[in-house]
Amino acid sequence: MSDAPVQTSATVLTVRQVQDYYAMTLVAPAVAERFRPGQFVALAVGGEHTARLMRRCFGVYEVKSDYGGTVEFVFADRDPGTAWLAGRRSRDSVDLVGPLGRPFRLPRDPVSCLLVGGGPGAASLFALADVLRRRGCPVHFVLGGPDARRVFGARSAQRIGDSATVATADGSLGTAGTVADVLPRAVDEAAAEVVYACGPTALLRTVTAIATEYGIPSQVSVEEFLQETGACGTGLCLTCVLPIVGDDGVTRMVRACADGPVLRGERVRWGDLGTIPFDAIGAPGAHAAVRFGAEGPR
Amino acid sequence: MTTRLGALELPNPIMTAAGCGGSGRELARFVDLSRLGAFVTASVTPQPRAGRPTPRAAETPSGMLTAAGLPGPGLDGFLERDLPWLAGQGARTVVSIVGNGVAEYTAVARRLSEVAGVAAVEVNVSAPNAEDRGRTFGSHPGPAAEVVRAVRRHTRPEIPVLAKLAPDVTDIVTIALACADAGADGLSLVNTMVGMAIDPVTLRPALTGVSGGLSGPAIRPVAVRCVYQVHAALPRTPIVGIGGVATGLDALEFVLAGASAVGVGTTLFHDPSAGTRILRELEDALAERGIGRLADAVGLAHKPAGFFPPQIRPEPVPDIPVNDADASDASEAIRRDGSVRAGKPQAGPAEPAESEEMSP
Repeated sequence: MSDAPVQTSATVLTVRQVQDYYAMTLVAPAVAERFRPGQFVALAVGGEHTARLMRRCFGVYEVKSDYGGTVEFVFADRDPGTAWLAGRRSRDSVDLVGPLGRPFRLPRDPVSCLLVGGGPGAASLFALADVLRRRGCPVHFVLGGPDARRVFGARSAQRIGDSATVATADGSLGTAGTVADVLPRAVDEAAAEVVYACGPTALLRTVTAIATEYGIPSQVSVEEFLQETGACGTGLCLTCVLPIVGDDGVTRMVRACADGPVLRGERVRWGDLGTIPFDAIGAPGAHAAVRFGAEGPR
Repeated sequence: MTTRLGALELPNPIMTAAGCGGSGRELARFVDLSRLGAFVTASVTPQPRAGRPTPRAAETPSGMLTAAGLPGPGLDGFLERDLPWLAGQGARTVVSIVGNGVAEYTAVARRLSEVAGVAAVEVNVSAPNAEDRGRTFGSHPGPAAEVVRAVRRHTRPEIPVLAKLAPDVTDIVTIALACADAGADGLSLVNTMVGMAIDPVTLRPALTGVSGGLSGPAIRPVAVRCVYQVHAALPRTPIVGIGGVATGLDALEFVLAGASAVGVGTTLFHDPSAGTRILRELEDALAERGIGRLADAVGLAHKPAGFFPPQIRPEPVPDIPVNDADASDASEAIRRDGSVRAGKPQAGPAEPAESEEMSP
């Protein structure tokens, strides 16, 4: 199974600061060779004798064939684990598992694609853009963030995209406003037939709503939700679940890591994230344990 | 490295811990499940369960808190999809079961007795007893024994029944004795212990379930103490030691305390290929200490200092022709014995002495 993830001790090639984020490049040929856009890697933090056991999951920005195969990802320093990663230096080792999760599904025909990113999540869109362009799809970007320092990849988007729209809340880059403000016009102008998105969960919800309005499919990567809830990245721990409506119209709790991170936007019950909807399979019913509310740990 | 849990013989003592190996498919991408001593499933419930809302996990020093709420496909889904798949992988499957009241436990146990591919049943007694104001079965000897007795009665006799106990009880030995009296063939020690964390950003409990199960190396000393105490009281009852095992030396610690097998849990989230690594490290650790059989190390910490298990050596076998250069006289056998103690992996008792072992 060449698409099965691998666990490897990867050597750090570079860690560099990119605006308010960090970009880390690791030498990991087996991961690079298996990677498809939208997939992520799960890193152990803190070294061999770490006291931090939860893996940190990051969407892959790009893979290259240098040094046998490298993997680059972008992350925000948001906890002591990511701070440890940001402090790695060239030639350090990091335990890496990847590539993990389901990739972005690609259109069969060369249709116009709109790629929407927010914060460090936008990094996941660039490997996708490469593949789409090779298939002859026009690629249009919409990037957003609170300010210019927290919009990742605006310049690259302008360079490789057929168009690039940027919106910042404070107006320090591009249009002053949110992605929601600029998205309908971007969909129109690009004549987009599919929307891809990665970024904050609220952004994904907005993108899904607008795509649904326009009657076009959306493929969203719930990377941020995975980072906030997941513990392993490999599908073992069952902590990163969210409610998804299946083909049969039935809601199931699925894992962001193993059944995602790329999901069809319209299938996610965005308003019910962080809950178990009452109509989900296996939702608490009339069981007495629910009334008592005191379940054991396992 | 073979070991026994009642009637069940395992090729090695390294198992997964319940609820930490997914359905098996996720873990099988990193390790060959047939190479583990056993695969322990997530606790199977009669009906499908969605579990608790997120957040379900919080990182704590050398451990984590989880309150997933026992999510799973339910018994039918498990029997239809997961159990046959595990059997196809050559895994020895220990099915963890849980229920809402004794009747649910027995219903699950009865169905498991009707199907093939169940190596053992592990009774997760850390579930709320609806008939006892939601208190967990495992916190008191009476209810724990009641559920174990019911499961034992409804399980085929050749399938061992293990009782999995939580460490945060007043006296785990009393509960273990009650479970053994009720017919438990073995004990899995320990489940998570209840803990809590509060998020300094939201100023609210970090988990939706408010409290959760603390696991990982943080609870290892507690788990080792439980195994030691219970083995002292029940030296003939096999114990699966579980709690923060991350290395072969951690596994050895449990074995020395009295465990015949060792479960790897939270470590799998951190290191999905840990199972086979820990097995290799445990084999090396035993060999380095000149301990030929795992059984010789089980409970060794209870013996007086200086006690060393008698070693079973491959005796010179007269009817196997040996060439003159390494004729197996008495002095050779002693020298070979010494070399084993110095850290060489020992040949199995049934095998004839190998020539390279004797040549240098």
